[in-house]
Amino acid sequence: MIDKTLAEHARALAAGDYSSEELTRAYLDRIQALDGRLNSLVTVTEELALAQARAADERRARGEARGPLDGLPLVHKDIFCTDGVKTSCASRMLDNFVAPYDATVVERLAAAGMVMLGKANMDEFAMGSSNETSFYGPVKNPWDETRVPGGSSGGSAAAVAARLTPAATGTDTGGSIRQPAALTGITGLKPTYGRVSRWGMIAFASSLDQGGPMAASAEDCALLLAAMAGFDPKDSTSIDAPVPDYAAELYRPLEGLRVGLPKEYFGEGLDPGVAQVVRAAVAELEAQGATVREISLPNTHLAVPAYYVIAPAEASSNLARYDGVRYGYRCEDPKDLLDLYTRSRGEGFGAEVKRRIMVGTYALSAGYYDAYYLKAQKVRRLIRDDFLRAFEEVDIIAGPTTPGTAFALGEKTDDPVSMYLSDIYTIAVNLAGLPALSLPAGFHDGLPVGLQLIGGDFQEGRLLNVAHRYQQATDWHRRIPDAFRAD
Amino acid sequence: MEWEAVIGLEIHAQLATKSKIFSGASTAYGAEPNTQACAIDLGMPGVLPVLNEAAVKMAVKFGLAIDATVAERSVFARKNYFYPDLPKGYQISQYELPVVLEGRVTIELDDGSEKVIGVTRAHLEEDAGKSLHEDYHGMTGIDLNRAGTPLLEIVSEPDLRSAKEAVAYAKKIHTLVRYLEICDGNMQEGSFRVDANVSVRRRGEHAFGTRTEIKNLNSFRFLERAIDFEIERQIDIIESGGAVVQETRLFDPGRNETRPMRTKEEANDYRYFPDPDLLPLVIEPAFVERVRAELPELPDAKRERFMSDYGLPAYDAGVLTASRELADYYEAVVAAVGGEPKLCANWVMVELLGALNKAGLELSQSPIGPADLAELIRRIQDGTVSTRAAKEVFEGMWAGEGDADTVIEKRGLKQLSDTSALEAIVDEVIAANPKQVEQYRAGKTKLLGFFVGQVMKASQGKANPQQVNEILRRKLDA
Repeated sequence: MIDKTLAEHARALAAGDYSSEELTRAYLDRIQALDGRLNSLVTVTEELALAQARAADERRARGEARGPLDGLPLVHKDIFCTDGVKTSCASRMLDNFVAPYDATVVERLAAAGMVMLGKANMDEFAMGSSNETSFYGPVKNPWDETRVPGGSSGGSAAAVAARLTPAATGTDTGGSIRQPAALTGITGLKPTYGRVSRWGMIAFASSLDQGGPMAASAEDCALLLAAMAGFDPKDSTSIDAPVPDYAAELYRPLEGLRVGLPKEYFGEGLDPGVAQVVRAAVAELEAQGATVREISLPNTHLAVPAYYVIAPAEASSNLARYDGVRYGYRCEDPKDLLDLYTRSRGEGFGAEVKRRIMVGTYALSAGYYDAYYLKAQKVRRLIRDDFLRAFEEVDIIAGPTTPGTAFALGEKTDDPVSMYLSDIYTIAVNLAGLPALSLPAGFHDGLPVGLQLIGGDFQEGRLLNVAHRYQQATDWHRRIPDAFRAD
Repeated sequence: MEWEAVIGLEIHAQLATKSKIFSGASTAYGAEPNTQACAIDLGMPGVLPVLNEAAVKMAVKFGLAIDATVAERSVFARKNYFYPDLPKGYQISQYELPVVLEGRVTIELDDGSEKVIGVTRAHLEEDAGKSLHEDYHGMTGIDLNRAGTPLLEIVSEPDLRSAKEAVAYAKKIHTLVRYLEICDGNMQEGSFRVDANVSVRRRGEHAFGTRTEIKNLNSFRFLERAIDFEIERQIDIIESGGAVVQETRLFDPGRNETRPMRTKEEANDYRYFPDPDLLPLVIEPAFVERVRAELPELPDAKRERFMSDYGLPAYDAGVLTASRELADYYEAVVAAVGGEPKLCANWVMVELLGALNKAGLELSQSPIGPADLAELIRRIQDGTVSTRAAKEVFEGMWAGEGDADTVIEKRGLKQLSDTSALEAIVDEVIAANPKQVEQYRAGKTKLLGFFVGQVMKASQGKANPQQVNEILRRKLDA
């Protein structure tokens, strides 16, 4: 049963092959049996999941199934607020926090009938590229448990890769959906900024954060995105544009598709083994009728530095609310207000979060604002202009999602800059606000390699279409790590 | 006088919206602590602000009323600082690009001349909550009901040269925001708060002196006293060879002095940056025009009209247009009387405002409405009561004894205007005073007053003096 993709489960439920309760129980059993090895979930909501599954089965029995997602299980990254269920952001700061509201993403997927199995581990406040900054400990990569799953949505990615869930939500600020999707061999989509509501999604860097789906296939992601996307009056930055029928677009042939390969994404720093896998994947697109040409995104080298000014600057302000006054962690016996602030924050936040708060505070300080924050915003404009110029010539951009495959646990924890560079191909997309997805394109030394597809504003449908056509011709997205096969 | 003061005011006007500037929670004053603070006001994780259009409309109204530029594009920014009653750790305000720019208001000075005061800018922002230091046994309570209440911060140019000018300007803004119905103007409840920036320089100098800021002045009287004190304090410092320190000060009304707020180790760096949760505020010209069409008649225009239409002197027109309610009251009285605008003005300004002032009441609490007052004025006009008796009728009405006619009846204040009855009294008086009649007829016409007095006395004050005059003349001159 667990070999199936989300879309296949949808068809099986519709056909009456099994019930939502049976399906839910099967995944809960796997979580129970296997997650001790991965640490991909921080909360399992078994009773809630079974109740939701039974309700879905009853709807279906009455002929009132809500759509393709009704009765299908998923996990939410623990950055999405869930009414009545702890939302920790994998931080000691919110270890005791239970929101009295649902994130819009959670609300919409629940309204579509989805069953919540639990909440996924992540880097603390989504700050990290290896899922090692979590207060609840690192997540392991199911392909090699000595390696990281990537981050920050590492719990979501590992859980999907190990088939502890058929789907998960993630968030992507600089690559946090695509990079772990690539390192664990699953499909993950970061939508256009404003496509998915940020209400109830705990902010890291507001102008970059975007929620999106993570699952085995592009078809799964299409179903999930259709339910997640759309205007939300509670988020002023959400965009009021109709949500297309992504599933209907999946089958469009690739003839005439113009694919651009940015030469900057194939240069120094890229593992040749990864490059080879990516070029082979591009060749498959070509075989299906796409034309491929080299393009240039000349400001690519500025993306990581600009990102590490803008994202920490916004984070330093977004995380100011965690002060020990109203909710969350409060230090023992504060002797005065300053002590309450400094110890609550000093003890409540982990090292990487503190590093970024300090970097961001510095970048916004009087005398540095123009040199850092304003300059970074200008660079951001240049980077977006690079993409817009490229999209005058090509329909989509393709390249590696990451410079290498999954690295070893602990390998980069003492070298933040090397860690930051693992997002070198993903970060520019967030700065430009564009949609991009990562899909499994093969293996290098036994570890998954991701192909990244980048589109113009609101071109999610085209990206899912190209990924789906590729997945119809390949089976990389069906590969399950040996240790997690259901035999 | 060799010194000159340079003063600029920052006024925080709480906008009279029903809900908060970025959330749907109520803004009503006086609720139990923390009952009007939703997840957004509490700064919970994952919540987002959504701008209240009503607050924008009010800011635009104000901009139009002071002849300012309404920015087509303005930007909300975060002002970052830690304080327990600031839930998010930042205040959403406008910094580089405010919604209202470069306006002006005209104030009247004591000598009757006018002066134009520049308004640099007015911007939208959210209020913080309140820290409650009493009743918590060494701890501090936090009430977030006020957190997120919309404020319009109105910043003047440093165009003011005395405490009196500052008060005139603040009162003008106060009148304006109430005319526009964008702020209730209640200074006691903190709906209208004034900060004053004060410096002094030698007359003729162009450079500004070092300024101090006096925070949170919540009455016009305190504003005047605080500025006067501060000017003197600064002059004393400089004259005795010292230098004014740039700092924030508080006014202590009990001691009638300003003193420094607890000085912080280092200057605040608010790390302003555009709020990424809010798009730039774009105001279409059509929206501005719709708001312009809804603008009420403004105080200056009303004052002009009161002078030209009712022939009122400038002073009366100024007093009667100080608030929209008072102007409406006055116009209702004139309409009901059907003329006599000056007589109506006198009754409103002298009797009514005097009584309200004495009783410490607002106009809206007046026991005498405009229709009632108009009825009383008509009774003066038609001779039913004398002006003097009318004041007594007014007192009766104020005390709740009934309308004008009821009080006149009850207190027996009706003027004797029956000609035959008056003639009988006059005849009696003439008969009783032959000596004076003789003297009068011999040319001592000044004695007419004596006869009037006798008639009034005989009629117990109720005789219509004008009629008495006429009858007496007729009979004595015959």
